[in-house]
Amino acid sequence: MLFEVTGEPLDPARLVDHVRKDESGAVVLFFGVVRNNSMGRRVLHLEYDAYPQMAEKVMRRLAQEGMERWPLTDVAMQHRIGRLEIGETSLLIAVSSPHRQEAFQACHYLIDRFKQAVPIWKKEVLEGGEVWIEGEVPER
Amino acid sequence: MKAKVRLFARLSELAGVRETEVEAGEGLTVAEAYRQLCLRFPALAAYSSSLLYAVNTEYVAPEHPLGDGDELALIPPVSGGSRAV
Repeated sequence: MLFEVTGEPLDPARLVDHVRKDESGAVVLFFGVVRNNSMGRRVLHLEYDAYPQMAEKVMRRLAQEGMERWPLTDVAMQHRIGRLEIGETSLLIAVSSPHRQEAFQACHYLIDRFKQAVPIWKKEVLEGGEVWIEGEVPER
Repeated sequence: MKAKVRLFARLSELAGVRETEVEAGEGLTVAEAYRQLCLRFPALAAYSSSLLYAVNTEYVAPEHPLGDGDELALIPPVSGGSRAV
């Protein structure tokens, strides 16, 4: 397992290697990528802020939730913070399991839970302004 | 008796600081600490209904008491990860 908040560019190959075990028949990797538009407005770049110590702890708890629901062989999550340009990767979630179905299901579950619970915040820097995206009150 | 306070994202921009302190004596609760901070940083008051509190990286209830050396974090609504996807 690996849970990390980092200011450095994310390396998907490293995360896949991390979760790939001899018992794994499938690895599913989710990329979150910086998009060039939001609600019809042009995005210039994003800035992510985080509470890293707590974010890593919550990520570990979510991974444990996933492992209780599906027979996973490993889980890893990384989120990049700081300034990210269009097309760069903000988030990676890698899940391995003996068979593909549970890896797909668990990865989908984990990205949804990540968005609800992990203390990381995004600011969209738009043409003509900037806004912190404040979606969900985190689940306690 | 002091507790450290950490602010993030828009909260830190509104306050103009990412870290500050509150006096943690007399069983001060995290909600009371937030109200003290709102006196020093009035812009923070906009968050009274949407904040969560964490002490030493665990979510706590508003009535949780602060102790000496605790780290209180004010947690605004989150947006990490997939919202842009």
